[in-house]
Amino acid sequence: MGAGHHHRLHRPGDTLVHRLPPQCKLAAVAGFALVVVATPREWFWAFGLYAVLLAAVAVAARVPAGFLLRRMVVEVPFVVFALAIPFIGIGERVTFMGLSLSVAGLWAAWNILAKATLGVVASVLLAATTEPRLILLGAQRLRLPPMLVQIAMFMLRYLDVILEEMRRMRVARESRGFVARDVRHIPVIARSAGALFIRSYERGERVHLAMLSRGYTGSMPVIQDLSAASRQWLVAGMLPGAALAVLLGSWGVA
Amino acid sequence: MTAPPSLEVSRLAYAYPDGTQALFGVDFRVERGERVALLGPNGAGKTTLVMHLNGILTAGHGTVAVAGLPVGKGSLKEIRRRVGLVFQDPDDQLFMPSVREDVAFGPANLGVTGEELERRVKDALERVGMLETIDRPPHHLSFGQRRRVAVATVLAMEPEILVLDEPSSNLDPASRRELAEILRGLDVTVLMVTHDLPYALELCERSLILSGGVIAADGPTRKILADADLLADHRLELPYGFAAS
Repeated sequence: MGAGHHHRLHRPGDTLVHRLPPQCKLAAVAGFALVVVATPREWFWAFGLYAVLLAAVAVAARVPAGFLLRRMVVEVPFVVFALAIPFIGIGERVTFMGLSLSVAGLWAAWNILAKATLGVVASVLLAATTEPRLILLGAQRLRLPPMLVQIAMFMLRYLDVILEEMRRMRVARESRGFVARDVRHIPVIARSAGALFIRSYERGERVHLAMLSRGYTGSMPVIQDLSAASRQWLVAGMLPGAALAVLLGSWGVA
Repeated sequence: MTAPPSLEVSRLAYAYPDGTQALFGVDFRVERGERVALLGPNGAGKTTLVMHLNGILTAGHGTVAVAGLPVGKGSLKEIRRRVGLVFQDPDDQLFMPSVREDVAFGPANLGVTGEELERRVKDALERVGMLETIDRPPHHLSFGQRRRVAVATVLAMEPEILVLDEPSSNLDPASRRELAEILRGLDVTVLMVTHDLPYALELCERSLILSGGVIAADGPTRKILADADLLADHRLELPYGFAAS
């Protein structure tokens, strides 16, 4: 049974960045992303400075570049989309290496790539330095509706249990000679998915009973004190603060 | 005046909403400090009975009282503190992302906070020998460890009576023995629902047989397990090679 594996996004450590309360880091990432999105796409060097800021955070958190790059794979669909825009874009066109590209499309592609990459790196850094459950507790501190936080918490807790159940069902199917080869096997898979849904639903009912038995009355008790000192808010504010300074500074120049 | 019994069930009857009658008038008492096994075949109504003990199901007829306090709408919070229910599947019982939060869930719902909460969590984990797993997620523990943490989650509520649903199920022999040692070392009243008869004999002086929705036998475990006809009448039997004498 699932033992000893860690959430792949999290990289345990004990740096300044790791120790910051999660709500500070969440707010910092959100603030940083807003500043990035608000930056006009023509200001190349501002984006360069943002990247330098993130690199500084990565160094402070001792997150190696290879780790970051591997986790950035989630961005690939956006990259593919962005790369397609210059080909399908309309209006004025330039010829580059024999390819006819739309100028407006190139700008749009750059805009998406630069901003998405910065956002993804910031999120990966957050996930690498913060345990998943702490991210959720932080979100709760930032007034995310408690019901959403509870749902996400249960997902975090039961994902492995449900995956294990799914694996057992697959083993049971295959033990009786079933191998999914083509579309004709979809109904079997669909019925398994339905059964898995019902099992999970029933588990939900049993968990609810267990919660009631221990005095649950509709809201999760606050168990961990996550209050942040103003100094910690200040530290976390350095990332969006510096980014904002870059943005405002560029405004003065432009 | 002597203390009221930890658990007193009288004339308890219950029918499910679909009309199926599960309990037909159950009567028994468990005195403070006793360890009692509730034996019975599948479908005897054991789980239904257990659900009444902390008010998850409400009696159709009859009463349940825990240390003198009747189970009812107004007393649910206190009843749930007094009755510690350990479910059969620890994955149902351990629903929080870390062992610490899970053990703290019950007492925190009772309003315990700060250092007292921390003390209760550590104390409960210490009693089941699981203190070193306090910061781990429950799904990273072995099955036997999870069952022990499940016991800790209710011990932290300092219950009057511990109710265990099939505590030995799915445990390997060593985990089964370790759990028995832990249960024997606890100074609380225990009601253990099981059809693991040797386990009942090992841990409980006294046994009840619940069959067909009524208490069919109540007496010393050794005597009950020695009565082959009684056991056979209620679809219970000792495993091959065992004899209670």
